[in-house]
Amino acid sequence: MSLDLDALCIQSATGSALFVPLTLHVPAGGVVTVMGPSGVGKSTLLDGIGGQLAHGFRLSGRVVLNGRDVTHLPAEARRIGLMFQDALLFPHLSLGDNLAFGLPLALRGRAARRTAVEAALDQSGLAELHDRDPATLSGGQRARAALMRSLLAAPEALLLDEPFSKLDARLRDEMRRFAFAHVKSRAIPTLMVTHDPEDAAAAGGEVVELRGGSLNET
Amino acid sequence: MGAALYKVTRDGRLLRAVVLGVVGLGVIAPIGLGLLQTGRAAFGILPALGHTVLTLDPWRDLAALPGFATSLRLTLVTGLGSTLLSLLLATGFCAAVHARMSPMAGARLLTPFLAIPHAAMAVGLAFVLAPSGWIARALAPMAGWERPPDHGTVNDSWGLALLVGLMVKEVPFLLLVILSALSQIPVARHMAAGRALGYGRGIVWIKIIMPQVWPLIRLPVWVVLAYALSVVDMAIILGPSNPPTLAVAVTRWFTDPDPAMILPASAGAMLQAVLVVLGVGLLLALEAVVRRVGIWWLRRGGRGLSAEPGLWAASAGVMALMMLGALAMASLLVWSLAWRWSFPQIVPESWSLKPWAGAMQGWTRALWNTLILAGATVGLSLALAIAWLEGEDRARRGRAPWAEALIYLPLLLPQIGFLYGLNVASLRAGISGGMAAVIWAQALFVFPYVMIALSDPWRSMDPRMVNAAAALGAGPWRRLIAVKLPILLRPILTAAAIGVAVSVAQYLPTLFMGAGRIATLTTEAVTLSSGSDRRVTGVYASLQAALPFVAYLAAFAIPAFLHRNRRALMGTATA
Repeated sequence: MSLDLDALCIQSATGSALFVPLTLHVPAGGVVTVMGPSGVGKSTLLDGIGGQLAHGFRLSGRVVLNGRDVTHLPAEARRIGLMFQDALLFPHLSLGDNLAFGLPLALRGRAARRTAVEAALDQSGLAELHDRDPATLSGGQRARAALMRSLLAAPEALLLDEPFSKLDARLRDEMRRFAFAHVKSRAIPTLMVTHDPEDAAAAGGEVVELRGGSLNET
Repeated sequence: MGAALYKVTRDGRLLRAVVLGVVGLGVIAPIGLGLLQTGRAAFGILPALGHTVLTLDPWRDLAALPGFATSLRLTLVTGLGSTLLSLLLATGFCAAVHARMSPMAGARLLTPFLAIPHAAMAVGLAFVLAPSGWIARALAPMAGWERPPDHGTVNDSWGLALLVGLMVKEVPFLLLVILSALSQIPVARHMAAGRALGYGRGIVWIKIIMPQVWPLIRLPVWVVLAYALSVVDMAIILGPSNPPTLAVAVTRWFTDPDPAMILPASAGAMLQAVLVVLGVGLLLALEAVVRRVGIWWLRRGGRGLSAEPGLWAASAGVMALMMLGALAMASLLVWSLAWRWSFPQIVPESWSLKPWAGAMQGWTRALWNTLILAGATVGLSLALAIAWLEGEDRARRGRAPWAEALIYLPLLLPQIGFLYGLNVASLRAGISGGMAAVIWAQALFVFPYVMIALSDPWRSMDPRMVNAAAALGAGPWRRLIAVKLPILLRPILTAAAIGVAVSVAQYLPTLFMGAGRIATLTTEAVTLSSGSDRRVTGVYASLQAALPFVAYLAAFAIPAFLHRNRRALMGTATA
């Protein structure tokens, strides 16, 4: 598996390019870190890759996933997972149902699906918490659950948007190890945007600087 | 590149086109058609009666109708007076108590006053204010009255009872609107800054806070004014009867046995619309004057501390109105259960369920009609509102200002201005006089309220939550049904409850489009209110008041039960 960006560029509604066109290659299990000044459009870049751009933005270049051009696909058909600094667990579902939401339809049968969810809970130290209200979990538990939910959807690439910035220092270390270990063991190409150099160091992959664009870009 | 965006938003485009079509053909077209029909008749063109020549005669006839000038004066005094007084009282009350009251507690306190239909409140107020009502009974021992005093305290020729009745309903609405506007402004910090500069609390409120609040409440104040100028049901129950306010007079002329009356009636309906426009113009002019004078006053830097007594007077006025309203609501139930209740007694001497049992056949039929109408109009309005909001989401764009204005249109136009014409149009289409026509006419007024109630909570939902669902492979329909609707359950049900309250309260659309054949709790309560049996009137008005209240209760209880183990959804997102 691999994720490739080919001269990817995003223009705002006024027609100005947010950043200099970006070309990069994320190998299977590799974590590429994108850094840059705040406001340069790091989150918008992830929106573009994930197919979630707000109205008015325009995207040029290509997003290629395992040789498949996904630039023109809607978000739900891209198989690109997303993780934010907030866990964004669905507040109306139990922890277990949150994880089950991500399971592919192809996994049939109540028992099989339940087993898959329980196994994921187990792997993330959340065993026995299947029926819990996500609002009652600790920050670390929520972050692990959110990552597991993304992984259960069997994504072909993962986008991390400042994933550890809301955790306290001790949890941050633990969560980094947890996340990168899972990404590597599943060989998922991962793109992370962050402003924390420690994130980049822990990821151990290539670091790309996102530079602001100019009005002349088309 | 273009192809990519098309693919993502094509679904949204279809949905938006459908919504635009339904709103355009279902809401805007009928209102325009109704206005056009009424307008033509106002200038003498009514082919059905053989009038085909453009003429100003209907206007001359209108001006010559007995009581016209008085009706016009009554409408202006009660409409403008109640709106301006309510605005003054509500503002003063908020200034005095805002720091002491949480928005949640405020909303809870106001809910019964907002939920109860105008007609039911009017019936209750008539019970309380009448010479034989609770107030007179309470005063009787001191005044030495053996029998009801001979004062016309209800249906008085000044329209004072109507003025008070309108204020009892308008003040809570304006309080709600102002409180929600205040929640968007850093009031406490501005207050601290102002007081540190030596301004009194009341003065900071007038000079700093109100100028920020006004733009947020301008439109709702216009809606209140338009309503007060053209209200019919409350004016029939509380207002003077001969001559009545203009809206009531126009309604009478439209339903006059002599069909020729339709011409001056149409001119009156048009005048009613003109009055609303002029009223809004007056508010705009006042705003401009206050802005000029205000800026001069502000620059002078007066620190006067004298506004305080005014604020407390306003608060006392609001409390008195709320107490009157609460008494009125209680009196509905008491009268419906009273059997023997002679004059100076404060409570009935004997109680009975006979009024309920005796009128059973009548009220069950009216109750069913009311329930069917409420269910259908709220269902339609909610579906349309959700489709509209979801269409905006799928296109990933906000609402255009013209669309926002479109939603308020039915609330700003006087109902009498286009309902007659709409009825003519539907007669021609062969759908008049039936349930469908009434459902449609009511939905014109239910939809805007549902839409307004649902818009803010819908948009305040974290869009990343929906993005997360898409990244997990959920398509647009699964995102809507499995994520958005359950999370927004509470505001959706609140919007539905507001819709029920609006539907139950509708009088004129039911009367005109139902051709008088569809009896609802409201039409029956209004008809009975002029009769003598307060017990039966109490039965209908109690039921009418109870329905919206039950809807609000359900809107509170259902999410509380379903989400009892979901902390993030409890106590938040109240619409």
